[in-house]
Amino acid sequence: MATSQHPREPSSPPPQPEASESPLLAAKGVNVVYEPARGVRIWSVRDVNVTLRPGEFVGLVGESGCGKSTLGFALTRMLRPPARLRSGEIFFDGKDISLLDGEDLRRQRRGGFALVLQSGMNTLNPVRTVAHHFGDILKAHKVEGEHWGQAEIRNRGTELLDKVQLDASLLDRYPHELSGGMRQRVSIALALSLQPRMIIFDEPTTALDVIAQKAVMQTIKDLQREDGFTAILISHDLGVVLEATDRVMVMYAGEIVEDQPSRSLVGGAHHPYTEALLRCYADPRAEEIHLGGIPGTPPDLSLSLAGCPFTPRCPLAEDICRLKDPPLAALGNGLAACHVRARKDSAPVDGGVPATVRQPTAQTSADAEAPPTPSRQVLADADGTEVRDVH
Amino acid sequence: MRYILRKVALFVITLWAAITLNFALPRLMPGSPVDAALAKIASTGQAITNTQRHAIEVQLGVPHSNVFSQYGQYWKNIFTLNFGRSYSFPTETVTHTIGKALPWTIVLVGSTTIIAFIVGTLLGVYAGWRRGKAGDSAVTIGATFFGAFPPFWLGLLLLYLLAFRFGVFPLKGGYNEGATPSLTWPFVRDAIVHSILPAATLAITTLSGWVFGMRNNMINTLGEDYVTFAEANGLRSRTVALLYAARNALLPNVTAFGLSLGAVVGGSVLVEGVFSYPGLGNLLYIAVSNHDFPLMQALFLVITVSMLVAIFIVDLLYVRLDPRVRR
Ligand SMILES: Nc1ncnc2c1ncn2[C@@H]1O[C@H](COP(=O)(O)OP(=O)(O)O)[C@@H](O)[C@H]1O
Ligand code: SF4
Ligand SMILES: [Mg+2]
Repeated sequence: MATSQHPREPSSPPPQPEASESPLLAAKGVNVVYEPARGVRIWSVRDVNVTLRPGEFVGLVGESGCGKSTLGFALTRMLRPPARLRSGEIFFDGKDISLLDGEDLRRQRRGGFALVLQSGMNTLNPVRTVAHHFGDILKAHKVEGEHWGQAEIRNRGTELLDKVQLDASLLDRYPHELSGGMRQRVSIALALSLQPRMIIFDEPTTALDVIAQKAVMQTIKDLQREDGFTAILISHDLGVVLEATDRVMVMYAGEIVEDQPSRSLVGGAHHPYTEALLRCYADPRAEEIHLGGIPGTPPDLSLSLAGCPFTPRCPLAEDICRLKDPPLAALGNGLAACHVRARKDSAPVDGGVPATVRQPTAQTSADAEAPPTPSRQVLADADGTEVRDVH
Repeated sequence: MRYILRKVALFVITLWAAITLNFALPRLMPGSPVDAALAKIASTGQAITNTQRHAIEVQLGVPHSNVFSQYGQYWKNIFTLNFGRSYSFPTETVTHTIGKALPWTIVLVGSTTIIAFIVGTLLGVYAGWRRGKAGDSAVTIGATFFGAFPPFWLGLLLLYLLAFRFGVFPLKGGYNEGATPSLTWPFVRDAIVHSILPAATLAITTLSGWVFGMRNNMINTLGEDYVTFAEANGLRSRTVALLYAARNALLPNVTAFGLSLGAVVGGSVLVEGVFSYPGLGNLLYIAVSNHDFPLMQALFLVITVSMLVAIFIVDLLYVRLDPRVRR
């Protein structure tokens, strides 16, 4: 990715006392592209850096389609065609896992990184019992001296089910005999069976009813506190994330646009997009994120984006926003990628639009060369290289 | 258990309906078997007398009683396997004629159906697992090629090359003319040699269906969350491919397999025809072309009943394969 003109600041965690501790996960310059056999390529994750300290519980929020799952899959090395990790390093516990393959990668998953998927409905094999599921995992990672017979599998399964508040009698059940919440708990217990040091929860409660959502979230929070694993909680619901996590990364159009401690985010965001999310959170009944008052949709991820991806929808947008992608820079207690806020270091504006703010640039005609959608500059991509910010 | 009871009830009802339909249809059809038989005699130039008509009516067992007692008699005939005599083989009963042809078809078509299913499914699993790779292309291209042959055409080709030109295999029949069917090694060996070409024809042309069906199912199940989750948990790829993907991909194919097992008894009219094989497919052809109503009716009955029985057995087997239907 030709981003050399505006390299993003490495999104090292916000300055914290423990910052000297070596990170458990350090991903740098992660780019993921979907390359379908037919149709256009989609640049779903763009130059993302993620650093997680051991034991940290981090949220990843953003509208549906902004690349959260793709990033989660990339970090756990679960991308499958047509998705491809185009570039980037992923250091897990000091070891670059981005190039591991086959058995080497498979072995890393014991005591390594796990992924809990969104739809509890379908993450269990319909023709295998819960005990089979435990057995399959435990046997696959058998090390010398271990023996996984029926009795051992049942014992370990009982222990793990207990961790997620499920009864051992579930061991002989098939997935279709369990409720959605039970299935998601079983998935979590299965993920725990390898004693991972990092778990990525991809919308773990989205498919559940409200009561089950609350209960499963509580279990996740308790487990994280007791076991101390590092976790990323992916959700489109900022409210859920703020209640559970220490830090929140906000994603928009494949980029991390803000990264703040949860506590300071409650008091106000720095990026206009996060502010919009916070306003939605204020309405607890909102099922999905509707950016109240901000028209438009996220940009088409098959295009190269020249300026700030939020420009067409941003009430603060200025000329520079269309031309330069703002770097993720220190702002407040964390990081934010916004030209206007970085310059003014202004306090977040709640509700009303400050007098200095210009109309969305869509209405300006200052730049005669601006393409129809001013925020986007579609550039030649003939050689397959994304080009940004070429003026 | 409820599932099984439901299936048993359904089986009994459909069986009754099918058998009754087999009774009703010939009676609803225009024209009568007697007229057909008389027309046949007339076409040879003979004059038709009333005595002749009466003789044929007696021979065909044309009923003069009311429809209810006919229906009762029909059921009695089914349980006593009494289907009368056919015109095509007037010296033997229909039951005897069918009984002679049945084993040939069951062995030939049954074994090739099973072999084609097993081999096709394994190839489909392999191709689906290696989708987009060289192994997948090889299997897909091969299956497309062989699947494109019309069965009778492939049969004629094999017959011409391997039997007529090079004389490796016999030209026709299920065994050497003159031999008496028996379970002795020389006869069985003779029968096997005779069955190789028709079996190859059937297997080659039906294989591709199983390959493509299984490959598709496999690709679908590989996209399921439980496969992704299994991989995320670091299961061995062999476990994922077989116990997670293929095991689930098999389910829809089992139903299709039941249907084709049921169709076995119908034989393969074209292939048995090409090889003059002494099976039910050939018999069906003879019955239809001779307007041989008694034989036809009995054949349709046998075919329908075995279709229903096969579907029933597969339904029961399905209980073992898919826990979701166990209730
Ligand atoms: N299988 C796929 N093929 C092509 N594009 C995809 C595929 N999956 C996701 N994408 C693209 O990647 C973008 C990010 O998707 P995703 O990571 O699932 O978003 P999120 O989890 O934030 O809802 C989507 O906007 C979509 O366009
Ligand atoms: S850089 Fe400009 S367009 Fe982007 S969020 Fe900041 S003010 Fe809005
Ligand atoms: Mg998602």
